[in-house]
Amino acid sequence: MACHSCGRVHRGGVIRCVRCGAALSSRDTTSLQRVWAWMLAGIVAYVPANTYPMLETTQLGKTTSSTLVGGVIELVAYQSYGVAFIVFFASIVIPLGKFGAISYLALQVARPDPQAAHSRHRLYQVVEWIGRWSMIDVFVVALLSSLVQLGTAVTIQPGIAAVSFALSVAFTMLAAMSFDQRLIWDTDKDTNA
Amino acid sequence: MEPAVTATFEDRDLAELVACPVCDTLHRIPDVGLGQRARCVRCHTVLMAPRASAMTKIVMLSITATVLMIAAIYFPFLTLETRGLAQRTSVLDAILAFSDGLTLPLSLGVAATIVVLPLVRLGAILYALAPMAIGDAPLRGALGAFRLAEALKPWAMAEIFIVGVAVALVKVAGLAQLTIGPAFWAFTALVLVTVLNDNFMCRLTIWRTLEARRPNR
Repeated sequence: MACHSCGRVHRGGVIRCVRCGAALSSRDTTSLQRVWAWMLAGIVAYVPANTYPMLETTQLGKTTSSTLVGGVIELVAYQSYGVAFIVFFASIVIPLGKFGAISYLALQVARPDPQAAHSRHRLYQVVEWIGRWSMIDVFVVALLSSLVQLGTAVTIQPGIAAVSFALSVAFTMLAAMSFDQRLIWDTDKDTNA
Repeated sequence: MEPAVTATFEDRDLAELVACPVCDTLHRIPDVGLGQRARCVRCHTVLMAPRASAMTKIVMLSITATVLMIAAIYFPFLTLETRGLAQRTSVLDAILAFSDGLTLPLSLGVAATIVVLPLVRLGAILYALAPMAIGDAPLRGALGAFRLAEALKPWAMAEIFIVGVAVALVKVAGLAQLTIGPAFWAFTALVLVTVLNDNFMCRLTIWRTLEARRPNR
């Protein structure tokens, strides 16, 4: 039985790692339950993130609000395609891709396949690494709304969608972390060292 | 883990083994030279990557990062000018942008991810490793501190904030004249230092050193 945090190997039945003091468990039996719970929460939070306004811009007394997708379209209209692509990727492709990838991994645990373990492992690593980058849009909103406060000329206020989007990102990050990576490899009995 | 596997090893031999954190494959801890890497035979996760005088470098970089963070918080970050109106923003203002009404929790979240958690993480790393860099035994609670630093790693989002800044710059570029303040450069340097710092860190080596130098064993 091995420690998750430092890799120290113990006999079965030891409850606390002798090296780093972390709690030990051979396999996290509640892993999949937590993955599904966090992911559902993430999906639920992602809906208002798209329907409610992300930013409210008041220019010379006129207020316009833009949603997540609206922000991307606006950037394309400004012809900043590179930045539009980054925002589109971070706030739409990554969250949707994560919902898909995590569900796929969680479902495939029930169907062992040693051949696929490497590609699943890579998929998991990509999901875990990339998830945090969705927060870009939240930081953009924070910066814009503190920066653009020029009295009557133009002001930008954050919208409620920023909150639900941030929550959605946090929930899916937790979903990815709850997934016990060793479940991917447990199926592979031949090379068990 | 099947009992048949562990039963063949004596307890003291267990300390000579390492389980891959990803797939649980057991390895004998190899002799890895400085600058080399040891990977798991099954899933190719890097198990060890020791560097020369890593402890000293990590501690130095962590101190640098702390100083840069303090500078980044207080100096002006960006200045926006249009029609004679100027708006100066610091990192603190960006955090407080969400501070009214329903978006208040988000303010706390942004504060945590770009300032508080990175600082806590740096503090924890320094607490755990600074005494070891000068050759002393680790302080009480060093193990917990290092575990905390590892757990916080995904939640410290300073580098993402920098990309967010770049996007925000493009969005306001057409609206007004922008000037970049010293805090922007401090923050950028902070991100680079943090990335370097994480590269020097070989977790297995650090855990084993912490264990070997523990005073009460």
